[in-house]
This record gives sequence, structure tokens and C-alpha cells, in this order.
Amino acid sequence: MPDGGETMNNGASCHREVIGIHNVSFAYEQKPVLSGVSFSVKERDFIGLIGTNGAGKTTLLRMIAGLHKPSSGEITLFGEPIAKFKEWNRIGYVPQRNSFNPQFPATVKEVVTSGLYGRGMIFRFLTKEHHTKVLDAMDAMGISDLKDKKIGQLSGGQQQRVFLARALVNSPSLLILDEPTVGIDAETQQSFFHMIKHMHQHHNMTFLMVSHDMEMVKGYLGQQPASSWGKLNFYIKHSHETQDCVESNLAHSLKGLREQLESGREVVSVVGDTGA
Amino acid sequence: MLEILELEFFQRALIGGVFIGITAPLIGLFLVLRRLSMIGDTLSHVAIAGVALGLLIGFYPLAAGVIFAIAASFAIEKLRKAYKTYAELSLAIIMSGGIALASILFTWGKSFSMNVNSYLFGSIYTLSTGDLYLIGGVTIAVLVIIGFQLKELFLMTFDEEAAAVSGLPTRFYNVMISVLTALVISAAIKIVGALLVSALLTIPAACSLIVARSFRQSVIIVVVIGELAVIAGLLIAGVWNLAPGGTIVLLLIAVLLILLTLRKGFRRAG
Repeated sequence: MPDGGETMNNGASCHREVIGIHNVSFAYEQKPVLSGVSFSVKERDFIGLIGTNGAGKTTLLRMIAGLHKPSSGEITLFGEPIAKFKEWNRIGYVPQRNSFNPQFPATVKEVVTSGLYGRGMIFRFLTKEHHTKVLDAMDAMGISDLKDKKIGQLSGGQQQRVFLARALVNSPSLLILDEPTVGIDAETQQSFFHMIKHMHQHHNMTFLMVSHDMEMVKGYLGQQPASSWGKLNFYIKHSHETQDCVESNLAHSLKGLREQLESGREVVSVVGDTGA
Repeated sequence: MLEILELEFFQRALIGGVFIGITAPLIGLFLVLRRLSMIGDTLSHVAIAGVALGLLIGFYPLAAGVIFAIAASFAIEKLRKAYKTYAELSLAIIMSGGIALASILFTWGKSFSMNVNSYLFGSIYTLSTGDLYLIGGVTIAVLVIIGFQLKELFLMTFDEEAAAVSGLPTRFYNVMISVLTALVISAAIKIVGALLVSALLTIPAACSLIVARSFRQSVIIVVVIGELAVIAGLLIAGVWNLAPGGTIVLLLIAVLLILLTLRKGFRRAG
């Protein structure tokens, strides 16, 4: 359970609970997948949800995203029970890269723009401001040059940046990533994770990342899980271990990071860099 | 040669064709992109059963077809949940069920000399004013809904999960797509016939997958190809006295073959 996080609960405005998982169970066709899981994610935490296949990590993620209903227990998002939760634009979602049809006739720009569509945009048209957000998100991810390419023509790493840009276009408070680096080469994985880590340290965002790849997050989130439920392990880096209540322009700062990386001024290191 | 354009039955055919040339390819694009190409075939076979019942009991046949097709689209959704990993199985079952029911109803109605062929292969030259109102109404409904919901439908089609996470009522959109599909198919039955409806839904989308460089382009391309095939097909069929439904579909296939050949040529050149 989060230590110290509790005491900050009512303190600074950036340490409220983002996700509350209260005694949640889930059964699929009478087979229990999860039983009695409880966990709390505070603002600006970085949670790594690690487990083998069948540990229930994707199921839990899908319940948090509102795609499955728990068999029992309750999940809250930003303090609201999930059934009443309306502010879905505060959540950015990066799906598994292999979950889309690679022949789909959509351009990079169309995919990134679709991050703006949601409950609040039904019957409304995109404004100039929306288009600026899309351009900023593409710029931040370094995919502006690819904007008119079809999504299926890109490499795995580029596609992942497109999906990340789509998730970021709304400036979400919570970013959910489902196995974001599956099928991507090691070097691209590293730079992707580096980008995520940068966002965690410098921006007012909370991260929930599902992975089966231990090595990837171990260096950042610590060697031991904060809590375990069956084969499901929660690794956590608390918000108070990073700078407090930061706010800065995401597009601008990520672009800066990218330029640094490209000019080789900053060495990408994931393992061993705990940031604490 | 073009005096045929002055004939009233041909004018009606052209109006009906122009309407269906917009709606069928548009709805078809979303179905194909969601890998539901066979749903058109299935719903049209069930709609035929509705048409047969309508003729038998003296109820407006196309309206009965609409009701049957909508019911079938819900049945498909239900069955799909029962056979999650065999989604196409539900289509095969409902399709054969529809045809089985239609064959029984048609045989019953034989004594009433029902014209089966006109619904299986279309009879665009016999469109009544009521038919045109139905087709026109369906076209307006489809255009208004797709026009206002294009971005939501894009997200639903590209990534249904992301649509759900962004708070879109995905179940509502799925039902909406099913109902629109049932409406379009029933309206198209009299034009190209139940056996050929599916071609008007899927082939323009197949063409757009070859040439479209964006989603926006594919929406425009399916409508352009659908309209070209319907108008040219009707004129060719009228002048040379061919079956209109079949002519439209063969034209669509010809366009597809040309595009496929051109693409190969482009690839070799590049």
C-alpha cells in the first residue's frame, strides 16, 4: 500500500486519488480472473502493472477504462464511481499496437485528431484551437513529417508515437498504456520509455502502464512490487519521489527532450536510473 | 439513344439509383472497415423473407423487409456474443435461416403469383412513388446521421476500445450502424435485388481501400464510385436492354479490376 501517500491525501491539490480499486473481483465465464484486489493510485504516481499472461492485468486495465464491469467491488476514477464518471477526456489511452487494422485508410493526422473525439464532442465541430492541439501533439512526438502518411505504412515505433500523440492531444491527467512496447525493437522501446519517464517527472500526469516486461520498468519503479495480488504485481513510483506539482507545456517540453536526444546531449538510460 | 431518359419509369429508376448509389457505399465502407462485409448479404437474405411475408399478408413489402432486417441485425449481435471467436458463424446461420423462411413463404404465396424474381434480382423499372419516398427518406436519414456523426463513427470503426474509453456510447453506435444498414439494404433490394445488394455495399469500399490515402478520401471515393456505377450501369442496361442490377454490379467489379491492375502497374514502376 502507498506509504506516505495517505498523509498527503488532503494536502496539495496534486495528491488526490486518481484511481481507487476497492476489493475488486472479476470472473470470466465462472473462472475467477481477479479476486479481492484493492489498490490506490494518487495523482502523479507511476504504476507499473506487471504479471505473466493470464495474471489479469489487461482485465484490470479494461475495468479501469470502463470496458469491463467488475463482478464485485468498486472502482473510482478521480473520486467518482466509474458508473457516474463523465470526464473521460481526462484519460488518455494507448492501446496495444497490434489491436488495430493496419490496412485501415487513415492518416497519422486523422488518428491523432480522433483523440479529441468523445462524449463531449458529439454534435460539435473541431475548432482552430483543436487543430492547434493536434499539431502540437504531433510535434511533441516528432511525427509531424508523417502526418499525411497512412498509419499502416509506419514502423512499429512510429505507430506507437502516433497512439501516444492521440492519447496526449487532450492533455490528459491520467495516461493508461496497455503493453505499449510489444513488437518494437529494444532501442525504440528505450526511447519510448524515456519519453514516458520525462513526462512523469516534469508534468502533472499520472501513469498506469501494463507490461509483461519486467526489465523495462524495474530500473524506474524499483526492484520490489509495492503490492501483489496473485500473479499480479503493482510496481509504483510515488508522486512525492519526483518534483512536486509541476505544470508546464507538454508539447514544448517533449519537443525539447527530443531535440536533446537527437543531438546526443542526453544519454538514454532506463535501467539504473531511479530518479530518486 | 438517350430518348430513354424521357421515359418516366426510367427517370424514377435513375432517381432511386442515385439515392442508393450514395447510401449503400457509405454504409458499406463502415461495414467493410469493421470486417463485417458479409453482414449485407445476411441482412438482405432475411429482408427477402420479410418481403415475402409482406406480399403474402398484403403489407407494404419493403417495410416488412426493413423490420425483418432490423430484427436480424439484433439476432446477429446476440449470436455473436454466444460464439465470440466465431463471429462469422452467426452470419451463416441467420443468412440460411432467412432464405429458408423466404422459400417457404414464397412457395405458400405461389397461388398469388408473387414475383420472386423482382426481389431477388431487383426491378428498378417498377419503382413506385411509395418506393421512391422510402428510398429518399432512408437516404436523407443516412446522410444526416453520418454527416453529424462522422468523427465518432471514424473512431468507432478505427478503434472501438478507444471510443469506449473516450466515453462514447459504443453500444448505441453499434445499434445505430445496424439499423442504418438494415434500412439501406431494404431500400436497395428493389434496385439491385437481394442477391446483389452486398456488391453495392462492399465493392466501392474495396476500391477505396486500393486508392484512398486517408479516411476522408475513402468516404468521397466510395460515393463517387457508387454513383458512377449506378448511373452508367442504368444507362447501359437501358440502352442495350440488360438486367440493370447485374449491369451495375459487373461495372463495379470492372472498376475494381482496373484499379487492382493499375496498382500493380504503379508498384512495378515504383
